[in-house]
Amino acid sequence: MSVRESARLLLGGDTRKPAAADYSPGAVRVHELKRMDIEHQHQLKEHARLGHPHRNAWRNRRWAVLIAVNLLFVVSFWLDIQILEGALTASRFLGFHLIDLNSALQVILAHKHIPVNLVIGTATVFVLWVLLGGRAYCSWICPYHLLAEWAEKLHLWLVARNKVSDHAFHRGLRVVLWLLFALLALVTGYTVFETLSITGIISRALIYGPGLALLWALLWLLFEVFYSRRAWCRYFCPIGLTYGVVGLVTPVQVRYRLENCFHEGDCRKVCLVPHVLECVIKGRATHEKMDIGADCTRCGLCVDVCPSGALDFEIKGLSKLM
Amino acid sequence: MASASPHKAALARRRFLRSLFGGGALLAAASAGWLPVAQGGPVRLRPPGALEEADFLASCIKCGQCVQVCPVQALKLADLGDGFGVGAPLIDARAQACDFSCDAAQCILACPTGALTYTKPAHLAARPAMAMAAAPILLAKEKDPEPTLNLKERMGVARLARPELCLARQGKGWRGPARAPGYPGLLRFMDVDRWRPVPLNDHPFEVEVCDLCVRTCPIKGAISLEPMPDGRMAPVVHEACVGCGVCEMACPTEPAAIVIDPRRGWQEA
Repeated sequence: MSVRESARLLLGGDTRKPAAADYSPGAVRVHELKRMDIEHQHQLKEHARLGHPHRNAWRNRRWAVLIAVNLLFVVSFWLDIQILEGALTASRFLGFHLIDLNSALQVILAHKHIPVNLVIGTATVFVLWVLLGGRAYCSWICPYHLLAEWAEKLHLWLVARNKVSDHAFHRGLRVVLWLLFALLALVTGYTVFETLSITGIISRALIYGPGLALLWALLWLLFEVFYSRRAWCRYFCPIGLTYGVVGLVTPVQVRYRLENCFHEGDCRKVCLVPHVLECVIKGRATHEKMDIGADCTRCGLCVDVCPSGALDFEIKGLSKLM
Repeated sequence: MASASPHKAALARRRFLRSLFGGGALLAAASAGWLPVAQGGPVRLRPPGALEEADFLASCIKCGQCVQVCPVQALKLADLGDGFGVGAPLIDARAQACDFSCDAAQCILACPTGALTYTKPAHLAARPAMAMAAAPILLAKEKDPEPTLNLKERMGVARLARPELCLARQGKGWRGPARAPGYPGLLRFMDVDRWRPVPLNDHPFEVEVCDLCVRTCPIKGAISLEPMPDGRMAPVVHEACVGCGVCEMACPTEPAAIVIDPRRGWQEA
């Protein structure tokens, strides 16, 4: 996917069918082959399935990392093990300043004064997430993501039994909210979004002890279970957009291989942001290998679930070397 | 979307309205955070070196690194009731005052955004009444080559808010621990251990006229017991008071006779 198309989807643009001119000759050939020899395709699919049993490998790695990182914060306060001190909004890793990009943005806009430590911490975290894959912050670090994943299981269980249904919001809402919160910080001089930031609230509650503010997180979990699947992460949280913009330029990608795909759509069912997987729909991929867009949280659920190995992690440049 | 069916159009319209409503609800929730701030309260005692309240709330990134370094855990993070102040550090002096047992206001060193700072930038200067006439001398460091706390502004000022409760005013003394049994607050006593604060209640007092606020005060010349016109004694707060809250914490009456007025300047209304 081009950076431009990736940015368009990130900013809430609707998915659309590619124009004929967008297709590479290679992709056209693969699409044709798939149409011509259906029997052969079926055999290939069965063969591919044998090699790719569904495992939760990436999910388990990710959960382990998420829990470990949040635990590092907790032990620094409770056990005085000073590796990662502070909270997710701002911290020190072995003494080096790390500052969350969205929190930094709020503080800079509200305060209109930028001390040097803020610059150091923000720049470090920016480089870190350019290297680690933008919205990977959401799925690999943010503690709400893990809680929301569990709530999502409950939601899907209820949906399967026709107890509840999913109500989608417009994806452009997040962009509007991002702009409004930026404007509010600038105009009011208060870091308004920080008051509502579930990430900040849960992170502080884990480290410094729970408070009433946790009710806000609970409210959203209930909202997601009974009304709208993964609503906060999908349509509301401006942190995701901030890190998504970083993800426009990151080398860490989930890569799609048209040749290995049999268009069964399992990946889109587990995906937090299925619009980035539009290319897996039959006939939509414009190239034989495509990087999934910036809105992708690199959670790896699609990689785990794909029965034919069409999706995998890719580090641009590095994979070529190895 | 000319090709969309009427059903799809209806779905899209509903989705749009839902988004409008959802976004509006979130903004409404955000503005609810403004209410406690707009109503001017609760007035919180902020850590040493804090910028003026509006600047402080704008610049605090709510990470709690100041909380982590405090040796007596005087700093707590505000909860939902504080609105925009949620997650920002405060001191409940009666529960646990800032006794400067870190010697240097470590919380200021820990702050990554300059919400707590030794030297305020010119455009973020504090009100003149907040400025200390001279760098406060920390009694614990009095014999050190550099005895002062690197603190240019006070956090608040102590005030004898309930003179009728003050034991000294009544000519009474005090015997035993300062606070009720089970009180967990910590205080540094130089004659016990310079580097390790101990529970205030582990250090009982025996005084003919109560002067606990004076003898526990960590700052030189901030408070003294002076005779009143009626001949009785009373604590008098001086300009050197930084507003740390140790007197409020150590006051043996319930409620405390002497309290800190958070963020109030010297001789300010």
